[in-house]
Amino acid sequence: MNREDVIDGLKGGAIIAISSAPFAILFGAVAVDNGLSVLDAAVMSATVYAGASQLVGIELFGHNVAPWLIVLSIFAVNFRHILYSAALTRFISHFSPIQKFFTFFLLTDPQFAEAVKRGEDGRGVSFEWYLGFGLSIYFPWLFFSAVGAWFGSMMGDPRTLAIDVLLPTYFLGLVLAFRQRSGFYPVVFASTLGSIAAYHLVGSPWHVSIGAAVGVAVAALLPLPASEPKPIAEEAEA
Amino acid sequence: MSEILNPEMLLLIFAAAVATFLTRVGGYVLITRMKTIPPRMEQALNAVPAAVLTTLVAPAFFNGGWDVKIAMLVALVVSLRYPGLIMLAAGWAAAMTSRHLFGF
Repeated sequence: MNREDVIDGLKGGAIIAISSAPFAILFGAVAVDNGLSVLDAAVMSATVYAGASQLVGIELFGHNVAPWLIVLSIFAVNFRHILYSAALTRFISHFSPIQKFFTFFLLTDPQFAEAVKRGEDGRGVSFEWYLGFGLSIYFPWLFFSAVGAWFGSMMGDPRTLAIDVLLPTYFLGLVLAFRQRSGFYPVVFASTLGSIAAYHLVGSPWHVSIGAAVGVAVAALLPLPASEPKPIAEEAEA
Repeated sequence: MSEILNPEMLLLIFAAAVATFLTRVGGYVLITRMKTIPPRMEQALNAVPAAVLTTLVAPAFFNGGWDVKIAMLVALVVSLRYPGLIMLAAGWAAAMTSRHLFGF
């Protein structure tokens, strides 16, 4: 509700912006390589704003896949966001409808993970923090997508500077941040098996949705701790 | 490669943007239609972050070479004591070392 939240958000988002910059550049470069203009690539980053699905969409576009199938694939890759917005709801019930619109527009993997962490450890999810965090990822993402599209062919192999390990390592850190939670180990184990199996049997990017579904299903089947179901409104005030 | 906006491409991008926004608002729309959250569903929702993020980590680890595996294992160990940015730096340093000094 104050400056501190804004600064916290901007700082946290800046870290994500730096680690996702190589992927934005990669997206821009790949987009131009697949026949998009620099402006197309920038518009896509500005409106879709979902890295993995943008890369998938571009890849399919390059292979002349039917447009409706491209949109469907992007929807499938982004399907996990349905789970995110469901899980986030209890922390943002105090937001106004317009604030909620921006909240959901900016809802990415790290945004979700950090928001839930704040909601659960008692710091709370203020709109100031959320917007600060989101915009300090959004604008660099847009900027570096355009940069990548302009200088696409000039970037050498990202492996040389070990840029390719940054994102998986970052996601690993996010996973580990939830290790105190009940059911963490069975869920992670199930999602690992599910995603690896799906990766080999069905292929990328389906392994994300399938692996996640396996993990969530296992969580639903785990024995319940003794407690009452809570009304949504009460949870939100806590 | 065209330098100007192509209307067909723009339409495709906007359709993708709408589809993506629907996934981002969908869970909220569904869950606010319900009065209470059944305990099993709550437990399932609590597992969402770990379940989804694991699917982004596991294939990178198992499909990656020894350089990636070493980097992520180093990061895993470091993360038990240190915050995220140090963990990221440690993983990056491990990847650089295993690539450029040991040639993995």
